Amino acid sequence: MLRVLRDLLRYDGRFRFAFILLAAVVVMFLLSFVSPDDPNKTFVVAMDAPPSLDHLFGTNSRGQDIFWWLTFAVRNSLIMGVITAVISRVIAIIVGLTAGYQGGWLDRVLMSVNDSFVIMPLLPILILLGFLLRDMMNLFLLGVILGFFGWPYDARLIRSQVLSLKERSFTRTAVYSGTNGFWITINEHLPFVLPVVFATTINNLLWSIGTEVTLSVLGLSDLTTPSLGTALFWANQHGALVAGVWWWIAAPALVAIILFLGLYLFFASINEYIDPRTRLRLIGA
Amino acid sequence: MRRFLLRYLIPRFLQFLTIIFVGITVTFIIPRLAPTNPVEAQISMMMARGESLDPQSIASMRAALTDMYGLSGSPLQQYFAFWGRLFRGDVGPSLANFPTPVSEMIGQAMPYTLSLLVTAVIISWIFGNLFGALSSYYPKNKALSLIEVLGQAVRPIPYYIVAIVLLVVFAYFIPIFPFSGAYPVGTHPSWSLAFIWIYIKHSVLPAATLVLVGFGGWFIGMKSLTSNIISEDYVVYAETAGLKKSRILNYYIMRNALLPQLTGLAMSLGTVFSGALIMEVVFGFPGLGMLTMAAVLRNDYSMIMGIAIYSIVGVAVTVFLMDLIYPLFDPRVRYQ
Repeated sequence: MLRVLRDLLRYDGRFRFAFILLAAVVVMFLLSFVSPDDPNKTFVVAMDAPPSLDHLFGTNSRGQDIFWWLTFAVRNSLIMGVITAVISRVIAIIVGLTAGYQGGWLDRVLMSVNDSFVIMPLLPILILLGFLLRDMMNLFLLGVILGFFGWPYDARLIRSQVLSLKERSFTRTAVYSGTNGFWITINEHLPFVLPVVFATTINNLLWSIGTEVTLSVLGLSDLTTPSLGTALFWANQHGALVAGVWWWIAAPALVAIILFLGLYLFFASINEYIDPRTRLRLIGA
Repeated sequence: MRRFLLRYLIPRFLQFLTIIFVGITVTFIIPRLAPTNPVEAQISMMMARGESLDPQSIASMRAALTDMYGLSGSPLQQYFAFWGRLFRGDVGPSLANFPTPVSEMIGQAMPYTLSLLVTAVIISWIFGNLFGALSSYYPKNKALSLIEVLGQAVRPIPYYIVAIVLLVVFAYFIPIFPFSGAYPVGTHPSWSLAFIWIYIKHSVLPAATLVLVGFGGWFIGMKSLTSNIISEDYVVYAETAGLKKSRILNYYIMRNALLPQLTGLAMSLGTVFSGALIMEVVFGFPGLGMLTMAAVLRNDYSMIMGIAIYSIVGVAVTVFLMDLIYPLFDPRVRYQ
């Protein structure tokens, strides 16, 4: 693991950049534990102060320090993203492995449901769900809901991998020596698809955090919990741009860009590393 | 022809029906799984607003709302009644603008979303593919590498954030584009040149959001597709035969790589559509996104339901139409 990290840092400029961006995100995540302010309290500092050394990102119209508030937002958004990623991973692995290994009508049914979810515009459905659950919505529940919608793309990817694994001789050996289908998928196929699962996890994280931003801006999440989405919601509610408090919008946008860019570059770099052909090109062989 | 029908058209049509079936069933199930009863929520909201209602009118209203939401009868009966109403194109009246039908309001907002979406998707698809192909054919070109880096940097950012950054920079700090709306308050939509010019000026930033986010994906997809094709024997042969570079690029490389990208376009429509909805909220563009926002703010449940159904059907129909015209571009499907 450490050697992989060292290799990537040495040979991939993109990974180095991603590493720096993600380090900044992790620092913000950790700083939330030593924050001097409680994010639920308002009017603890002067209102509408522009960015300065005292208040790195300035303060907002609710009398909160934007930097410290955003440390909680980053933490909550990331935790929610991980909840989504875990749930959708489990579904994607089960659907992908089953469809790929079983084939036949089961594969066809699973994949046409799968493709329907890929093609359908999910946002209107999520808005409908968020609207109905508005009173009981919290970040955990949102993470779970997104988990149930975030698997189809990856399930298809895993299935296509299993289709090729199925043709390999070790699968046939296992079948002829009497191993049942369930154990073949778990013991023989799962380890092969795990790298892909890991890479797509990051993509899923991006999707989930981005969707949270979208739903929160519409007011469809728990607005009392700090998150990247609620940060923008409250700035809009107070008409931050009209009032000239532009840093209230700019700060969460900046943090979001750092987070998204960092995760995406990390994903792209890992994805190339997993493919042995591009890995060789990377180290100049 | 028979094989074409059996191998190509019928599976595509079945997939089209599946999308509609899955989508509509999901929108049917969701409200029934939710712990809140929309009828009671609606009534308690009216009471909270201070409207005085005697018990009798509450009862009759409850009956009317139950009927309108399609909540009478067993779940199976409800499900068939739901489909029945959809086939008649009836998704009920808007609750916030009673009794205007939801479909009428969606019909008014749709042209704004569609015109913007279609233009932006086509622009980003064409430019993404063109630059992607060029960059793999000319790997040493500095300008193309710069475009690639910029495209990849914007690609992962959510539509909302890109929109807000464009708004802050190009309408707030450097006010060269209007701040919000599709036309200024007081002007009326018409087919005059002056209005079209105003409309275009208001559409630049919204369209740019969709183009910028979409561009990087097409670029990188095209680049990896063409880099595989470039090493194919027939390309090497064309090069040694001394064909013009532009001819090789246009007829031998791009033509082949465009087909999977066309499929990709159909697959991505749902995501782009979702992005367009939220982008409209940022720019106050009066399409389906604003309609959704207004419906959320005013608790217009039937409107949200209607928008969800119309968007699913709309995207499914578009994808199916694209499947229908695909054989025009791919002779292998045509001569099957």
